[in-house]
Amino acid sequence: MNLVSPRPRVPGQPPALALRHFSKRFGGAHALNDVSLDVMPGEVLGLLGQNGSGKSTLIKILAGYHAPEPGAELLIHGEGVTLPLSAGATERLGLAFVHQHLGLVSSLTVLENLRVGSIASHTRWWVNWGREHRRARETFARFGLDIDPGARVADLPQVQRALVAIVRAFETVRLPGREQAGILVLDEPTPFLPAAGVEQLFALVRAIVADGAAVVFVSHDVDEIMQITDRATVLRDGVLAGTLVTKDATPDAFVELIVGRRVQMFQAPPHDLSHAPVAAAVQDVRGGALIGVSMEVRRGEILGLAGLIGSGFDDLPYLVYGTRPADGGVLRASGIGERAMRDMSPAAALAAGIVLLPADRLGAAGVGQLSVADNISLPVLSEFRSLLLNWPAILARALALGHEYDVRPNDPRMNLAALSGGNQQKVLLAKWLQTEPALLLLDEPTQGVDVGARQHVFAALAAAAARGVAIIVASTDFGQLEQICDRVLIFARGAVVAELTGTAITKANIAEHCLRGGAVGASEAAPAMAQGFGTT
Amino acid sequence: MSEVRDMDAPAGANPGPRRRFNWVRFLEAYALLAALLLLGAIFGALRPEAFLSWANISTMLGSQAVLVVLTMALIIPLTAGDFDLSVASMLTLAAMILAVLNAQMGVSLWLAILAAVAAGFVTGVINAFFILYFRIPSLIVTLGTGTFINGIVLWMSGSMTISGLDDALTDFVVVRRLFGVPLAFYYALALCAVLWYFFEYTTPGRRLLFVGRGREVARLSGIRVDRVRLLCLIASGVLSAGAGIMYAGTIGAADPLSGLTFLLPGFAAAFLGATSISPGRFNAWGSLVAVYFLVIGITGLTILGIQTFVQNLFYGGGLVLAVALSQLVRHREAQEFS
Repeated sequence: MNLVSPRPRVPGQPPALALRHFSKRFGGAHALNDVSLDVMPGEVLGLLGQNGSGKSTLIKILAGYHAPEPGAELLIHGEGVTLPLSAGATERLGLAFVHQHLGLVSSLTVLENLRVGSIASHTRWWVNWGREHRRARETFARFGLDIDPGARVADLPQVQRALVAIVRAFETVRLPGREQAGILVLDEPTPFLPAAGVEQLFALVRAIVADGAAVVFVSHDVDEIMQITDRATVLRDGVLAGTLVTKDATPDAFVELIVGRRVQMFQAPPHDLSHAPVAAAVQDVRGGALIGVSMEVRRGEILGLAGLIGSGFDDLPYLVYGTRPADGGVLRASGIGERAMRDMSPAAALAAGIVLLPADRLGAAGVGQLSVADNISLPVLSEFRSLLLNWPAILARALALGHEYDVRPNDPRMNLAALSGGNQQKVLLAKWLQTEPALLLLDEPTQGVDVGARQHVFAALAAAAARGVAIIVASTDFGQLEQICDRVLIFARGAVVAELTGTAITKANIAEHCLRGGAVGASEAAPAMAQGFGTT
Repeated sequence: MSEVRDMDAPAGANPGPRRRFNWVRFLEAYALLAALLLLGAIFGALRPEAFLSWANISTMLGSQAVLVVLTMALIIPLTAGDFDLSVASMLTLAAMILAVLNAQMGVSLWLAILAAVAAGFVTGVINAFFILYFRIPSLIVTLGTGTFINGIVLWMSGSMTISGLDDALTDFVVVRRLFGVPLAFYYALALCAVLWYFFEYTTPGRRLLFVGRGREVARLSGIRVDRVRLLCLIASGVLSAGAGIMYAGTIGAADPLSGLTFLLPGFAAAFLGATSISPGRFNAWGSLVAVYFLVIGITGLTILGIQTFVQNLFYGGGLVLAVALSQLVRHREAQEFS
């Protein structure tokens, strides 16, 4: 396949944005390796890739958060720009970003949000709110939007907030005195939007492109890329895997580029869990992004949850633990019998032997400024209580657990924050696994954990599973799910769309199911993959 | 330098629970105590007859017991991450309730004390209601309730000092002495011991620490965070009432304003105390040392004949310096208060 396609060129017009030889190294590894791409005025260029493909590194270099390795060049409308960019420089260059979290102040009005940039930078003493109001109305009208500039952003539906953010970005880089319209980078703006909202957002993108803007549209979602982009560039493992002209491409061609073909890693044969008792089951869970999910997990099973951002796969652990409010559904677990999901709370979950290790390691899982011993002993303090808390015993326990989980350095008096991410995670795993839970819920257990420490975390999880602990892991790291899971559920749009077991659990296969949002039936894909690797 | 190498022990080394004596930690923990002794020695050398007299020392120990109790009232919600700015007003209110009921209306002393303590309890509940139910920052709520309570005190007393309290109170607070020191000092000492035991050696005390340092961690670990904060605010109200009762006993009367001046010294002592004994944490013994450090400084300077405005310099400067010091000594992250 010819992966580099001819660019649509208007004679004599330079690309709005041209990147040459962008590389970025973190430690020894290349996060981004010699990537070059062009975006033409009036074009929507898609940017696709899995987590870790280098997409976000590229965007962060453009936004001025990272400095690229020497040798990189950036041209805007044909003019060279010095790298690295300073964070404030991008707007002057006509480059604006809309991130997933939009950057709006929800307690202020739409108009105030629109004008926050000019209010911050203008030297005029007073603001003519009447005129600003009129201009905002005109701008919205031009794009066919019916949004009241006086409304509070918090009162707008999510879709309109996204639209306001995009209009604001477009307006800030279309300042008077600039001949060309600007360049907009839309960094995954759609995951939280309903389908109808995505349509509205696309209509706006088409309108601003018709006005001459160039748009870089970052997404995980192949369907959206097919709908909105003219061309799309795919990154894989930090390199440019290829660029396709959208109208000539098929979704399959994109998925193939994103996933790549890779050597299958050895995987231990799955053990038979079909006779193991069910540790916990949920029925028709609603809440967060979930619109009705049923599933069960058996004792000794490691169950993976995967999906794209916004698909709801990472809501399930928090809903089961009762820390995010559920709208409905029933939980059945050995410790508490049957219980409405609405009535779940951390205290109730703990009483039932359900524990959660959240993704936010030093914000929600452990306290950085307290010692390892403090953190480890929190759930089991009552064991050490007589008249006095037995501190020598607490320290001895922390030391023994640190040894068992290979915490380095193993010094229970050290503050948790002084350890590396991987060692913090070992401590926090030890904190919960010492309680011998019936069900361990994990969200992104190896985020920011280096490769060596990962193996210890995996070993600890496998050992716990062998003792009969049921484990649920929500993760966007599909390679990790492949390594540890007995079964993986794929989520899309708030529902489970596929279940992978045995040899069908591969990084590529999980990614494919996530990207297609369940469009591939298990009957098609799973056996095909299994055959491909010569097993059944 | 050897301490630094010790911290950077190679990965995988297993230093075990027994390790070398950490001089840096020791110096940090006892620096304030050493400064207190040094300050005492300097003033003692300059004015031995006035400063080192037993009368002066026992007066300092006894009269500042009220401040110790008030500081204890502060460090409980501070540990849980809440400010209580209403403690000094509560102190004044408790003293005034005592005076109005006992001296003006002739209610028995015990009943009056019970009423004062009940008022502290109610204040704690009211503070907690606004902080926890409406999710308003504690700083704002207690600033408001504190001022509101001041208003009540002025109204109750008609802006007058009320004297004529039962002699039993002054008797049990400052008149009776043990080893020459008024009983008030021993009450404060006992309270410190209780709080130290509570914070260090009980499970609720540990949970309290987690609530202050990581609300989300505490919540996800099954701690009922709001209930803990409620109990802390109630404890703060009740202890400030206790401080008020002692204050009334110390001066044998209640006046509507003088008690308010305890607020800043209380905070200064709490934050200065957090740099010593158990550095980095609000702690009872550290607060006790801090109170007497501040008191020795001020008493000494007053004896030297320096004017009274030096009190404000000392307390105000002490508060800011104490907080700056605790940030400096180890690059500790700022604790978040809500």
